[in-house]
Amino acid sequence: MIAIERNLVTPRWQRVALPIVSLVMASIIAGIVLAVSGHDPIGTYQQIYAASFTADGALTATFIYATPLLFTGLGVAIAFRMHVWNIGGEGQLYMGAVGASGVGLLCGGWPLPILIVMMALGGALAGLAWALIPGLLRAYLRTNEILVSLMLNYVAGLFMYYLIYDSTSFWRDLTSSSALVFPQGKNLLPSSDWPGILLGSFTLPFGFVLGAVLAVLLLALFRFTRFGFEMRVMGDSPAAANYAGMRTRRTIVAVMALSGALAGLAGASQIGDFGHVLDPRGLEQAGYGYTGIVVAALAMYNPLAVVIVSILIGALTNAGFALQGPTFPIGLVGTMEGIILFSVLGGEFLGRYRIRFGRAPARAPGLDDEPGAEVAP
Amino acid sequence: MDLRPAGVNPTAANSATAGAPPAVAASGVTKRFAGGVVANDRVTFEARHGEVHALLGENGAGKTTLCNILTGLYRPDEGEIRIDGKPVRLHSPHEAQAAGIFMVHQHLSLVDSLTVAENVVLGWSRHGGVTFSARTVEAEIEEIAARYQMAVDPKARIWQLSLGERQRVDILKALYRGASILILDEPTTVLTPAEIDQLFSSVREMVAEGSTVIFISHKMPEVFAIADRTTILRKGRSITTLDIAGTDARQLARLMVGHEMSFDVHPRAAGVEPKPAPAQPPVLALEGVHVRGDFGIDALKDVSLEITAGEILGIAGVSGNGQRELAEVVAGLRPFTQGTIRIGGENVASGDPRDAINRGVANVPEDRMGTGVSPNLSVAENLILKSYRSSSPHSGPILLMGRAETQATALMARFDIRAPGPGTLVRQLSGGNVQKVVLARELSSGPRLVIAASPTRGLDVGATEYVRGVLVEAAKQGAAIMLISEDLDEIVELSDRIAVLYEGRVVGVVEAASATYEHLGLMMAGAAS
Repeated sequence: MIAIERNLVTPRWQRVALPIVSLVMASIIAGIVLAVSGHDPIGTYQQIYAASFTADGALTATFIYATPLLFTGLGVAIAFRMHVWNIGGEGQLYMGAVGASGVGLLCGGWPLPILIVMMALGGALAGLAWALIPGLLRAYLRTNEILVSLMLNYVAGLFMYYLIYDSTSFWRDLTSSSALVFPQGKNLLPSSDWPGILLGSFTLPFGFVLGAVLAVLLLALFRFTRFGFEMRVMGDSPAAANYAGMRTRRTIVAVMALSGALAGLAGASQIGDFGHVLDPRGLEQAGYGYTGIVVAALAMYNPLAVVIVSILIGALTNAGFALQGPTFPIGLVGTMEGIILFSVLGGEFLGRYRIRFGRAPARAPGLDDEPGAEVAP
Repeated sequence: MDLRPAGVNPTAANSATAGAPPAVAASGVTKRFAGGVVANDRVTFEARHGEVHALLGENGAGKTTLCNILTGLYRPDEGEIRIDGKPVRLHSPHEAQAAGIFMVHQHLSLVDSLTVAENVVLGWSRHGGVTFSARTVEAEIEEIAARYQMAVDPKARIWQLSLGERQRVDILKALYRGASILILDEPTTVLTPAEIDQLFSSVREMVAEGSTVIFISHKMPEVFAIADRTTILRKGRSITTLDIAGTDARQLARLMVGHEMSFDVHPRAAGVEPKPAPAQPPVLALEGVHVRGDFGIDALKDVSLEITAGEILGIAGVSGNGQRELAEVVAGLRPFTQGTIRIGGENVASGDPRDAINRGVANVPEDRMGTGVSPNLSVAENLILKSYRSSSPHSGPILLMGRAETQATALMARFDIRAPGPGTLVRQLSGGNVQKVVLARELSSGPRLVIAASPTRGLDVGATEYVRGVLVEAAKQGAAIMLISEDLDEIVELSDRIAVLYEGRVVGVVEAASATYEHLGLMMAGAAS
């Protein structure tokens, strides 16, 4: 008989060693796949590494993908930790982009520091408002936030399309004749671009710095505040939180709002850092909201780990685009990404559980002798 | 397959019960579980054709284990099971069912979204095969239902039915599959009085046809209403089997509780002068409180209780008679629908745990690991689970874990919590130490009222003694204590007064000093007030 048991204690070294072992395992498995499909594994890995980090402009490109994933990953991590399943990061990101570009267009020409604050606030508040819908419904009407937040992603997507394609909204560019034929959003003034931080040839996006700072703040919120304490108790044992007199509904709404605001910031950063225009198609194809769930899961919902994982997933995405070509089909890129994700998640599982061979010891029912007498609440 | 097993002639069964082999018999059945628990110790039991046989016993007496053996869920370590005089070895519920033994559990095994007919044939049909004709089955069910006066619509879906109707479906399912020995595990718990009458007339119909019904209950009036004979179990042993006609509730209660009679004096009362009459209002006063239970029916009905400062009020009763709801409603974890609850003379809000905490209610909950602590947080964090809002371990919104750990270290020493340090996760502690964490948090807040629900359950002897000592000490300090326990010895030993709950009502409040086990046992079984 094979039994899977939960490990009660995870040693500290294991938390560091596991992801590394998992990545090594992933490269071995992916190497076999590469070799079978007629590619040189070592050469491909060198290529991936170059395309992600060392080649000209590679690191800059990696951070273009990493920045939105950092925000959406943080949003998911904070919610999932509390067992609030917000998978509406995608829609909250769209709404954040709508909000931030609206503010950016309105306040064009304002001093840049104020403008950045305004745009970030616009994005965060829009994402927050969007997340409040599933949050309030969950807290007060006990609806399923997974379904509501997921469905609202489509609503937000259609709303964004409506603004650019099906209306003469404030966001749509109606000035040039080509824009009338091929609908597109209004560009923000070039003076509204968020400033990147230049480190030699590498540009660190402003949004990434903001996200990293927020990750540290979130960790501090979790560790050192009363609100964070409530969140940790609720995430661990909702019954204990209720027993301790915590206002569980309010905390759920607050967590949902925080999660939505973070996803909204991803949208704001898309506008301020990179796009400078509301581009529904581009945002939808990128799917940063959904990938944020993967990022958060790989980071085990730890905000600081989200920073690192977002860079890794950003690098992988970037390398995928770079590798893709006539000799390297996109399917193979996807396969390799899948192998890495499976290895890391599998490693995490094996870290938390152990597989035991042999007979399980019989358990004493003891006081369960009267099953009906003790109905668990 | 025929509805009744061959060889059971109803008339013969009724007239010649004494001579024929019993329908089902257990002799010398022993069942041990890992950890040294002997749930059944040489149990001997037999039920005849055409009788309702009641299994009586306190919680943990071994009734459910015995039935699990009879239905093939457990295999006995020793002893023999005979059906119609023939020894059998039942390896699974399936084999037991093939032999005609069925059990209707308290938690019904029905699929909510399927119809009555679909549930009845789920997994087994008279007609075999993989398809089934809804119409045929519905007709068959209607026929059985009519025969046993169990009105139910075979087309109805389970979620549309009341709990009583659902139970009827579970019984129908057993009858449809050819049950000749039917075990009903506390079937009346979820029923209204009218439904109980209906159930009993169906049961009489079944035994009139020669079937055997084994009826598990704690409730004396029901046993006298329906049973022909009864076997009493106590602490895993079968004490005796009696004809209901030749006994009375008093004798049965005595056999169930198993204490030497008669004026068992309250140990704490010896040498203690009676308390002076309280000048202050009682710490806790419930007046006409009604509370809805999980099944939507009233779990507490018109409950009025008072506890004064320094007093331990024991709440006795067979579990499931409203104890859990009583603890929850006073702690604010469950709303009340009628009546008032006052603490220190002031009305408390219904269903607001924070309000109760702010009024000085400490709660040592029954489910200590699931409710009383947050298992993946540290000892220090669990000790501030309530005080993080109001007292010192914070400054504004910032939590000062350093200060909390210092306080935790002091509490760990005071309450003898054995853990490597205040940072140890609570789930790594033993049950006794988890309970000490709960007690340390609840009692260090200087409570006016302490609710202690089964505070020593599952603890070893040392921890049990410790917990009891802490509760008595808290009472000496002036707290009012509501001690809920299934352990009658514990209640009698610790309490000043004892209230007995039966079916959600307080059937009596007695001074512990003058209480007898016999009287308490009768009240717990609903046979006295």
